[in-house]
Order: sequence, then C-alpha cells, then structure tokens
Amino acid sequence: MSVVDPTAPLSDHPRRMNAGGLQVRGLRVETRAGVAVVDGVDLDVPAGTVLGLVGESGSGKTTVGTALLGGTRRGLRIAGGSVLLEGIDLTTLSEVELRGWRGSRVSYVPQDPTTALDPAMRVGKQVREVLDCHDYGSGPDARAQRVTEAFGEVGLPTDGEFALRYPHQLSGGQQQRVCIAIAFATWPALVVLDEPTTGLDVTTQSLVLDTVRKLTQQHGCAALYISHDLAVVSTISDEVAVLYAGSVVERAPTEQLVHRPRHPYTSRLVAAVPDLAGRRALTGIPGGAPSPGARPPGCRFEPRCTLAVDECARGLPPLVPVADDHLARCIRSADVSPAEVRDRDPEVGRAADPLLRVEGLSARYGKVSVLHGLSLDVPRGTCVALLGESGSGKTTLARTIAGLHRDAEGTLSLAGERLPFGSHERTRQTRAAIAYVFQNPYSSLNPRRTVGDSVGRPLRVLRGVRGAELDRRVGEMLDRVYLSSHYAQRYPDQLSGGERQRVAVARALISEPTLLVCDEITSALDVSVQANLVGLIEEFRHELDLTLLFVTHDIALVRNVAQQVAVLQAGAIVENAPTERLFTDPQHAYTRELLETTPNLVS
Amino acid sequence: MSALVPPAGDGGVTAPVAGQTPGLLRRSLATGRTRAGLAITMLVVAVAVVGPFVAPGGETAIVGPPNASEVPGLLFGTDVTGRDVWTRFLHGGISVLWLSALCTLVGVGAGLLIALLAGYSRTWVDEILMRTTDVFLAFPAIVLALLFLAIFQPSAWTVILTVALGHAPRVARVMRSAVLDVAGRDYVRSAESMGLRRWSIRLGDLLPNVTGPLMVECGLRLTYSIGLVAGLGFLGLSGLAIDQADWGLMINEGRTAFTVQPWPVLLPVTAIGLLTVGTNLIADGIARAAAGTDREVGE
Amino acid sequence: MALGRLVGRRLAVGTVILFVVSLLVFGASLLLPGDAARAVLGRSASPDRLAVVRAQMHLDDPAPQRYLAWASDLVTGDLGNSTVSQEPVIELIAGRSGNSLLLMAIAALVATPLSLLLGSWSALRRDQLADHATALGTLVLASLPEFVVGIALIYVFATGLLQWFPPVVSTTMPVLEQPSVLVLPVATLVLAVAPYITRMMRATMLEVLDSDFVHQARLNGIPERSVLWRHAVPNAIGPVAQVIGLQLAYLAGGIVLVEFLFAYPGIGQGIVEAVNARDIPTLQALIMLIAAFYVLVNLLADVVGVLTNPRLRTGVA
Repeated sequence: MSVVDPTAPLSDHPRRMNAGGLQVRGLRVETRAGVAVVDGVDLDVPAGTVLGLVGESGSGKTTVGTALLGGTRRGLRIAGGSVLLEGIDLTTLSEVELRGWRGSRVSYVPQDPTTALDPAMRVGKQVREVLDCHDYGSGPDARAQRVTEAFGEVGLPTDGEFALRYPHQLSGGQQQRVCIAIAFATWPALVVLDEPTTGLDVTTQSLVLDTVRKLTQQHGCAALYISHDLAVVSTISDEVAVLYAGSVVERAPTEQLVHRPRHPYTSRLVAAVPDLAGRRALTGIPGGAPSPGARPPGCRFEPRCTLAVDECARGLPPLVPVADDHLARCIRSADVSPAEVRDRDPEVGRAADPLLRVEGLSARYGKVSVLHGLSLDVPRGTCVALLGESGSGKTTLARTIAGLHRDAEGTLSLAGERLPFGSHERTRQTRAAIAYVFQNPYSSLNPRRTVGDSVGRPLRVLRGVRGAELDRRVGEMLDRVYLSSHYAQRYPDQLSGGERQRVAVARALISEPTLLVCDEITSALDVSVQANLVGLIEEFRHELDLTLLFVTHDIALVRNVAQQVAVLQAGAIVENAPTERLFTDPQHAYTRELLETTPNLVS
Repeated sequence: MSALVPPAGDGGVTAPVAGQTPGLLRRSLATGRTRAGLAITMLVVAVAVVGPFVAPGGETAIVGPPNASEVPGLLFGTDVTGRDVWTRFLHGGISVLWLSALCTLVGVGAGLLIALLAGYSRTWVDEILMRTTDVFLAFPAIVLALLFLAIFQPSAWTVILTVALGHAPRVARVMRSAVLDVAGRDYVRSAESMGLRRWSIRLGDLLPNVTGPLMVECGLRLTYSIGLVAGLGFLGLSGLAIDQADWGLMINEGRTAFTVQPWPVLLPVTAIGLLTVGTNLIADGIARAAAGTDREVGE
Repeated sequence: MALGRLVGRRLAVGTVILFVVSLLVFGASLLLPGDAARAVLGRSASPDRLAVVRAQMHLDDPAPQRYLAWASDLVTGDLGNSTVSQEPVIELIAGRSGNSLLLMAIAALVATPLSLLLGSWSALRRDQLADHATALGTLVLASLPEFVVGIALIYVFATGLLQWFPPVVSTTMPVLEQPSVLVLPVATLVLAVAPYITRMMRATMLEVLDSDFVHQARLNGIPERSVLWRHAVPNAIGPVAQVIGLQLAYLAGGIVLVEFLFAYPGIGQGIVEAVNARDIPTLQALIMLIAAFYVLVNLLADVVGVLTNPRLRTGVA
C-alpha cells in the first residue's frame, strides 16, 4: 500500500488507482461532556465497492459519516479509533492537512441538496471551486474541462448554459446530481453518501442510485452509503453494516444479511420493512432505541430483544465473525432466525356498498388546478390506498374529503348523503363521522395542550361529553393505542414521534368515526415504528368496522395495508384496481414504472 | 401538495417546535443577563415607587436660589426655579412608569388583536389590515406622535394613544408572522375539522402558541415606550402639568443650565437609561429562552 | 424582467402609501380644534380680517376640494406660508433638509461599515469573550433612547469632563462653517443605529455560518477564507441590507430628538418648533417629507435585497 502525501497537489497523481479502500477501527465520537454518540464502529470498504450503513433515527449514522471526513457537528469530537484511507489515519491529521483531504481524497454527498448548495453561486462555479482549491489537473483549462466532464458523468447537460444556473433553477434530482458531480469531480478514494435520495421521488431515486453505482465502479473508489432505508441500501450495496444505538451490530454481504441475519435487531428490522412482493406480514419492534447517555451497559438491544438472557445485560458483546465475511455483535447469534416469511393471506376487498363516493371532483389553490374531475368509491369496511408522489394532489384530495379544503367542485357523499365542502357547513354528525390523521406528528398536536386534552377535544366538541365521563373515555382510548392512560397528563414534547402519532390516532378515533383518512401518517417515522402503527390501524379496522382511506407515496407499504389502490398522478387517477391485481397485472405505464423502480428488500 | 417530510438530522423525524412557554420565564431567568436586567429594572422601579414617600420635601416647594449645584442640606442642589432636585427626582419617576406601561399594554394589545385577525382570516381581511399598518409604518414612531400631539392637546391620554398607535402596526407585523406560522400547523387543521369557530381557534390554539414572541414584544415595546414617553417629556410635550415632577420634563427644564447645574438632567437621564437597559435585558433573555438558540432581538 | 416588475410594483405600492399618508396628514389638520385662521391671527383679530384670511386659506371650501388644492400645491412644490413667520414653507425646508441630510448621510456612512465589520467579527468569534462583550455592549446601546446617549456625550465631551466639542450649534453661521458641531450629533445617531445593524449582521452571519452549504463547503475542503468571503458573506448581505435600510429610515425619526437636543437647524428641530407653534402648513410639509424619505429608503432596501438574492433576481427556470 503506497503512502500518499495528503498535502501534495492532486496534479501529481491524477487518476491514481484507489487501492486499499477504507478501514475504520473502534471509531468513537463523543460530546464535550464525554458521552459517546457512536462507539465501537468497525467498517471495511474495499475500493470499487459500496458499503451500506443502515440505522434508524438516533443511531448515529450521520455522525459516523462526517467523522470519516474528520469532522463533527458543533459540540462533538472524535475521541478515539482510527480511520485509515490510502494508508493514512485521518484522525491523526492536522486541520490544514484534513482540509487538503476533504473534497479531494474523501468527499461527502449530503442528505438535502436544497440546502447544501450555495443558493447565491452558479452550480458550475460550485464544481469548479472544489477543483480550484485542490489544484486539480494541469491548469485552468483542465479544470474547466473536468467541470463539463463531471456534469456529463452524472447525466446532467454538458452545455455551458446549465453550469450557469443557480441551484433554485434546478429540480431536486438535478440538485442532488450536482452534489454527486462535486463529490466525484476530484477522483476521490472514498465517497460518503448520506441519505442522498431521501426526499426524492422513487423514479428520481432510482436514477440517482444508478449514477452512484456506475461512478463508484468507474472511479474505482470506495463508497459508504448511509440510509435509514434497508430496501434502498440493499439495492446498491455489496455489503451492509447495521448501526444500532451508536455501534455496528452486524456486518455481512447484502444477500446474506437480508436472508440470514445473525443479530436479532437486523432480523426484526428486515421484518419491519414493507415487502413489495407481499409475502411477509409487517411486524414492528416494540419500544425505542436508547439515546446517547441512556444506553444500557450490556447489549444495547437487550431491553427490546425477545432472545435476551441475563448474560446479555452484562457488558457490550464484541463484534465477532459468525460466518464467512459475516460479523455480529450478539452472544445468541446462532439462535437468530431469519425474518419470518409468514404466508400473508391477501385480503380481497369485499363487494360492499361504497361508504364514501367521490364524483367528478376538481380542486384548486387560487388559480392552480390540483385535481381534475376525479371519481373514487371507498367500499365500507375496507382500506383504500391513495398512492401518489409529491405534487400529485393526494393530500388535497384527502383534505377536501375531510372538509379542510373548500375551493372545489364536484360531489362528495358519505353513506349516500351529500357532503358540503367546508367542515363548517357540515353537520356535527358528519364531522364526527370523518376523522383525519395528519402526516407530521410534530405539527398535529398542539404543544400547549396535554395529550388528554387533545384526545378528548373531539369528544367534547362533537359529542358534548364532559367531566369524569370524558376522562374515562380518554383513558380508555389511550389504553387502546397502547399508551397507558397516564399519558393523558403529558405534553407532546415529552413523547417520541411514534407515540405522538398514536395520540393522533386516538384523537381521530375517539369520536367513533366511520371513515378514517390517514395522510402519509408513517412518512416521518422509522420503519420499525411504522410497522407498529400500521398494525394498530389494521386492528381498529377489523374491530370497529372502520373504513380507511390511506394516503401514501410508498408502494411497498400499500401492498401490506390496502385492499384496493387508486394511483394518482398529476391530479388524476390513472389506475384504480384491487391490490393484488394492481401488483400482478398493472395496466398503466406509470404504475409499471413505480413497480419497477421501487427498491425491494428481498429480490 | 403532500411533500414528504424531509427527515432532519439523523434521518428520523422533524425537530420539535422550540419555545414551549410553560417555564419560559423561569428558563429565561436562568441566565445571568436576565437576572441583571430584572435587578436593574426593580431598582429603578423601587426608586420611582418608593421615592415620593421618602422624598425630603414637597415637589413644588422652592427651597433655594435657581440653578445652584451646591446648596447646604440639599444633595444635588436646586433646579431652574430653585426647587430641590433630589426631591423632584424622587417624585418624577412614577409618571414615566405608568405612562409607558399603559402605552405598552394598549399598543401590544391592539397589535395582537390585529395579528390574530389578520393572520387567521380570509385573504381580504388580512390584506386590508396589513396595508393599513403599512401606512402607519411610513412614519417614524416619534413623528407620528408629534403629528397627533400637534392636533390634539397633549395630555396623558393623547400621549398613551399616540405612542400606542406607533407600536400597534409594528407589533401587528411581528405577531402576524408568528400567528401565520402557527395557523399553518396541523393541529389547527384538526380543530377546523371539528368545526370549531374561528375565534375559539384563535384563542384556544393560536394565542397560547404565540406567547413566546408576545412576551418578547412586550419587553421590547416597554423599552421603546419608556424612551418615547421620556423623549416627549424632554420635548416638553408629555401633557403633564407644568410644575409636576417628571423625569422627561426635568431634562427639558434643566438642559439650558446644563453647564452650571448638570444634576437636574443627569439624575433622570441615568434613571431612564438604566430602566431601558434593564427592560431590554429582560426582553432579550425571554427571546433567547423562547428561541432556545442564539437568536437575537431585532426591531 | 423580474427585477423591473418587482421594483415597479414596490414603487406603485410606495406611491399609494404616500397618497394615503397625505390623506391622513391632511385629515388630521381637519380635526384641529378651533379655527385655523384665528390660530394665525390671534384672539384679538377682527371679524373682517378673519374672513379675509379664511378666504385666503380656502377654509370655507369643502374638505375634498381643499385636499385637492393642498395636494396639487404639494406636488408642485408650493407648500404655502408658515403661519408663524409668514415665510414660504419651501424656503424654510430647503435649508433645513440640507442640514438634516448631511447629518444622516455622515451617520449612515460611519455606522454601516462599522457595524458590518463589528457584526462579522463578533460572529467569527462566536461564544468567545469578544463576542459576548459585543453582544452585551450593543444590547445596552440599543436599549438607550437617543437623547440619553446624546446627553451623556454632551456631559462627557462638551460640558462636563472634557470640553472638546461645542454642546450646541451656533445659530449665527451655517453648519458647514462649524464642522466640529457635527461630531456629537453624528456620534449620537451612529450609536442609535449601529447596534441594531451589528446585532443583525452577527445573527445573520451565525445563521449562514451554521447553514448546510457552509458545512458542505468545509467538507469539500474549501479554505476558511473562501468559505467566509465566497459563501457566507454573499448570503448574509441580503437580509442585512433590509435592516440597514430600516435603520437608515429610522434616522429620519432619530433626528427629531437629536436635533432638538443639539439645537441643530434641521427638519427634526423644525417639526418640534412647528408642533409647539401649531404651525400646521409647515408641520404638514415636514411630515410628508419625512414619510416620503422613509418610503423611499425602504424601497431602496427592498431593491438591494432583491439584487443580492439570485432566487428573486432570476426567477425560477
């Protein structure tokens, strides 16, 4: 392995072979107070391969990502371990030496390109700047040429006009390609990609993933692909490492990790990911991951683990080989079973009369028309999914149904009765009959009201229930969403995202509605929490004979929750079919494209 | 219209809204600056409130030659008509205090009302209210006050109303954007879907969630009120009786003899300066606690 | 072109605002208790003389007609005569507005660069002693009313401790012939507006320095100097320009108390004198002038804000 002087100008060794790749050993990042945010991180990424790093929120994956560039968030510091790249330990470099490495030998593709590109600088200039400050190539001409080349590599227009645009003049997908172009422009030895496709539609995501895969091979560089989405990671990575509560719990070649996980957390995580093929039933993981400072002394998954024995609580187990190229941090790894392929019995939609009927509905915001005369029936007692990408108009449709959007034409009827558009024009009975659960659990609960107050409000306003009776029913409802009744006294900021969403469900269901509209209710949640919430909703549908309109962008999730699917594109329903038929025999080109481009875990 | 919520930080969920008010005051008091502000304010308020009871003489009594800085038995000498400066100083704070408190109350109250109406209304109500505030924002506050004091006889009430009239559009602006932010949240949608009346949503959901910026505005406007009320007194336009002791008026009367007898000016100027610094330190402390970050108080 | 349209729209809005302001200023004078003619002539005026002056002042015409007459005079620069000195208001204003503009221009030229530098410097030393000292100092200065600062300066530099500068302006010669009198009024105005701009610059720089794109630029290995000058500063200028505009417009109000304090012969002092003398034509003219200045400076601030923001400048492709 040749040792390279990190401060030497790049021009001395253009397009050198990126042999060796990355080795991380015992990486530890802690707060100023000495609390570990991540510790025990061991990673190996050979050149020309992609390692996927999977973790749910709070696992520390972004911290690991930036630490590989020798950086941390404000208030954190790298406290131990080594990060070896091209034979040099980045943790030993000075700030000046590190600056020479960043952007030239190691580069970073951020999560959100809309904020990571300088809004006041033309995109071509932003690529050029990185080349300039690392003295790339033989001179200005070589750099100008490289800018064009870099745009070409990521599939962006190579004419000069494109380079002169400002970030706000590009689409989200184009902005992310610019970030990727910047990252690969200097032929780095390692590229860290931090959730680069979060926030992009699946079709754009698939293009970005293709680009990353191609460039990694072309450049022969090592890539670390960080994501919360195991399905995405499994489509791009050669190997996957699973991060839980700040440490790597399992590492294996992708296929092996998914099919034969040896850590209980991995196994449960796989089971929580919605399966596009629809063979597995979704199961969540109860509880939540411990935050830094509150982590148990033993195995960090022990409190949530069904295989836990007394010994698990005594000290963090080491990451040890359990098979060829397969490491796991579990003393009971031999007993871990692969994600259960419980044959799901696809429920066929009942041929019931429609509870909700939408006919010729158009809606607009001011002059912008969002829905164009669409019709939809929601049969009583079933779950109908409304599938669409951002901007398709699915939330407008859901809000119009719930009486929250009045600028509309057409007819809505509930159980045969015509519904006015605004909630103020509706009868109290109708308002009680349609309930709504919002997308963002952090904005759907009033932070100044206790949970009990929020949950009881519909009952007070719509059914006139007061006093002890109200308290009793609020307590009951909270029990039913598996949050005991003492949550009534708490405020929303004392709750996790998943708990808040349960409160929102409790608030929606307490007035005993017949129709529940769920607007992207899981999109802000981790998959393990999503699976729990979906299970809860499913329970209620059966027990209360509830009818569901489930709005989502996630086609894999649809297969696991709905009996019928309406696919919405640009304000019109392009396909409406029973779930199984939609997945086995899609009719519309857009549906087929969605099915082809959505990453699936079990390929 | 449903954008995927971009996961913040480590890929999970969006950050919770900062600025819960339970304990906002308590949290702001945890900083040294706020405590210093409170101490300074309390000191000046104590002087103004207790002063009239401990003053050595009557506020209008003539006790010596005019503009004498050294009179035996008098701490700070006499003023332009030979009255005891120290006595007049002790009597002269209370009018500034209650006038500025009322200016703040009326101005912030009116601004809040406009904000609640405009920030959660159909567009034309919002449009009319905000364009009206634009007109009043075309005058500096002091110029607006002078225009009205030229028309109406200066009196305590005209001073309160004109200063409040200067505050209201500025408060309305700030509070409206706070109200708009809250009005866009889903818990307001949830209340709408229950068919609640707009005013009950304004009072039940919007108002409790803008108390942070509201308290900051109160502190800020109190600081400006003190400056304006005393400033009008300094211009001789505070509408108080001519021989009444008042910090603003004292500066006005004393400025011509400032070179020979600075105390009738220096005492009230120091008190007013301390008071504004004290109230602004408190406002800043509340703003920091409400923002939970290093955000600053601006106009 | 997006920029032209935007400026055109702001200009139109500004004109409408000035129109409403003129209605307000004129309407306010209608509310004046008593008779304007009697106010001019005094209590002992004879009824005949009163009638003549009333006719001169068009006091018997209906209000809308009087407004139109007044407004068209205003536009053509005929501002009427002062009811106190009987001189044309325009002459009175001409000299005074020059003096005030001089005062404000010097204050702006000193305050703006000073506070931009101080604000950025403080932001770069975030949470260090210098930063805390700047933050506390500007907070204290921002709290103090102008006349408090002005009196303190007079006491320290003119009458009390030191006798470097004259405390008030001599009325016998033009301001430009006694430049030392400008020092204290300018210093007072600078101390009134600089703290706000400094604090805004600091806050904006902190926000920009904490933004994702600055973080990303550092992760791309861009040297700190370039991060600062090429990425941070260009993005901080826009929002700060707005505050600078607001503060310069604020000077138009600040001069009232400061000019009165230093006996400086400008617009602000003119307003106070007009109020005390109930000289309504002069007051109306001066207030319209200040409002026009205020609206204009805000417009300029908006334009600078637009020019520094490519999102607004170029529109979405």
